[in-house]
Amino acid sequence: MIKITEKPIDIQKVIDATSSLGAGAVNVFIGTVRNTAHGKNVVWLEYECYESMAVAEIRKIMDEASHRWPLLGAAVSHRVGTLKPGEVSVAIAVSAPHRKDSFEACKYIIDTLKEKVPIWKKEIFEDGEEWISAQPNMEKSYN
Amino acid sequence: MKCRVKAFGISRDMVGQGEFDLDVPEGYTVALLRADLTRKFPRLRNLRSLFIAINNEYAQDSLTLAEGDEIALIPPVSGG
Repeated sequence: MIKITEKPIDIQKVIDATSSLGAGAVNVFIGTVRNTAHGKNVVWLEYECYESMAVAEIRKIMDEASHRWPLLGAAVSHRVGTLKPGEVSVAIAVSAPHRKDSFEACKYIIDTLKEKVPIWKKEIFEDGEEWISAQPNMEKSYN
Repeated sequence: MKCRVKAFGISRDMVGQGEFDLDVPEGYTVALLRADLTRKFPRLRNLRSLFIAINNEYAQDSLTLAEGDEIALIPPVSGG
């Protein structure tokens, strides 16, 4: 299961999508919005996504994970739009016969997602905003 | 040949629009596209990195564009 959604993520659904009687482990990663960045208070985050490519890239990552580890199921749900601190931005579930494989595959999926999948977040502070990891030092727009 | 360009994240702010059409000659490569775009929109040079995707796939600089291709500007991603 791969889902990009503007609505709150239903974590149970992500877990259920990986269910298998052969599974001895389901590993779940939940990414949440942190309330501070660079020592400042984050008011909210704006997530933007190139959806058709994001789905294709997540599919590739899941295929590679299934190739590297003996998985029984994998699911990724990523939220886009406006998110406040504490809200869930991404949920990943991986089921496997044994826990070691589920841990490793889940870590691989979130690490690679953060590196390759075309999703961007902008932090909105009380005094300005900034696209994350975009540029060295210039062009930060603060009021 | 007509192609469609989509700009995302900070690159959208840098080019001033989310989508636009681009007329390109036969044999036009991603390398030429990158050079033309950074000339036209110099702020793109400030990015830590800028990948180009063609039809939903990261593209090498040597790739040649075709009529109707969807070009996407991919500044550093920050999902998760």
